[in-house]
Amino acid sequence: MKLSPVAERRIIFTVLLFAVALPLVFPIGWTTEISEYTRIAYRLIEETDENKVVIISFDYDPSTMTELQPMAEAMIEHAFKKNQRVIATALWPMGVQMAEQAFDKVCSHYPDKERGVDYTNLGYKVGGMVTIQAMGRSLSDVYPVDNQNTPYEEIPMLQNVRRLRDIAWISSLSSGVPGLKEWMMVARDSYQVPVTGGCTAISAPGFFPYVNEQRQLHGLLGGLKAASEYESLIGRLGSATTKMDAQSIAHLLILIFIAIGNIKAWHGKKGRQQ
Amino acid sequence: MKRSLPLIFAFVVGIIVLISEFIPHRPFNQIVSTLENWFMIISGFAILLGQISLIRMNANKIANRLPDWQYHLAGLVSFALMLIFGLLWGMQETPGLMGDGQGISAYLGSKPFDYLFENVYMPLSATLFSLLAFFIASAAYRAFIIRGFESNLLMITAVIVIIGRTSIGTMLTGWLPESLSFWHIPNLADFIMEFPNSAAQRAILISAGLGIVGSSLRIILGIERSYLGGDK
Repeated sequence: MKLSPVAERRIIFTVLLFAVALPLVFPIGWTTEISEYTRIAYRLIEETDENKVVIISFDYDPSTMTELQPMAEAMIEHAFKKNQRVIATALWPMGVQMAEQAFDKVCSHYPDKERGVDYTNLGYKVGGMVTIQAMGRSLSDVYPVDNQNTPYEEIPMLQNVRRLRDIAWISSLSSGVPGLKEWMMVARDSYQVPVTGGCTAISAPGFFPYVNEQRQLHGLLGGLKAASEYESLIGRLGSATTKMDAQSIAHLLILIFIAIGNIKAWHGKKGRQQ
Repeated sequence: MKRSLPLIFAFVVGIIVLISEFIPHRPFNQIVSTLENWFMIISGFAILLGQISLIRMNANKIANRLPDWQYHLAGLVSFALMLIFGLLWGMQETPGLMGDGQGISAYLGSKPFDYLFENVYMPLSATLFSLLAFFIASAAYRAFIIRGFESNLLMITAVIVIIGRTSIGTMLTGWLPESLSFWHIPNLADFIMEFPNSAAQRAILISAGLGIVGSSLRIILGIERSYLGGDK
């Protein structure tokens, strides 16, 4: 039976739809191995002292939230567990809402955490790399108020935080430019602040060279798999762990499609030779 | 004058910023700090310019009834709705021109802007990105065909990385003894990402870095003028 390309495509789409949807409805609970990239990022946060102020930059928008939002929630939760104080910033306009949603979700498990004391959202600033350079000189100049219009000077957790050098670590969850690379180039290379972060699986290969002996990047969370690894490291059953089942099945299915495609091509070649 | 002034300005600013990297002291650090503030202000205006451009482009297509003009109309209406709701009642904790809109917020469960963002923009945006999975599956079926040595190599690498990045890889070779741990599929996938991939990526990054240095110098010295608009 010979199928038209359109029919083939429809079959692929339908099978993939079920392959992705079913594990989400009926989770399998497969586990993943934790990579060294994730462990390095984890150790950075784990080994930072209590009461230190850290930055998580939300440099993405809802299109990539499936991969990056679980990382944000896991990192905030880890920082809260270690009693670190979290500043949220955004180099992407929609990052502000992403940060708010992440804080809302994590704070529902940590009711004692207080805005302004344990965390704050300084909001979005335009300018990308130049904004980070300006933060290196003065944070209050770049963010005179937080996203609730509270003046910088009146936010208790920021009393001793004047510039980037006062930050213990920075994590940029990034789905493009500006994002992780800009933080690394300015905050890490110019101000020697440890930088870690997360990105979509598709852009992870471009960041791996920076996880080197110079620690330009302190580990990297690349895609949903790394998010689920991080969740298992902090003992959290989050959305990434659930979604990994669907991703694993989808990957397996893609492999099956590749095999079928090759068999079909081999048959076609054989037919032409005859 | 129209072309010379921006060229002189780009040269002076470029040289000052360059010098400040090597001499981070007065007056260079102060000048650069001022220039950074200017950049952020100008970038803010760029957003406004982008919005004006978006309205003009879409309005022209609707007025001229170009193909698919209905989509452009939908885009403009969506833009206007978000703008109006944001201006009137604000977003999250920030009040708008008419305050917090407690009545409408109580009815919707959140402010109208936040309601639309969470229930329309977010799902639509995530859906569009998710469509990639379907295209990748379809493309893999048609494109990953073994035709020669290179495509064979690509195929084997892809299969290892695909399996290694899932839970299945762990299950398939998890039984291997410690002495053969290198052949454990997730470890193989990590090896590919850490060495061959990083080597290639570094080569690309170094080339791109040199390219950026070259084009930056061309802009500072006024050789590259395409950013001014026009042909030269």
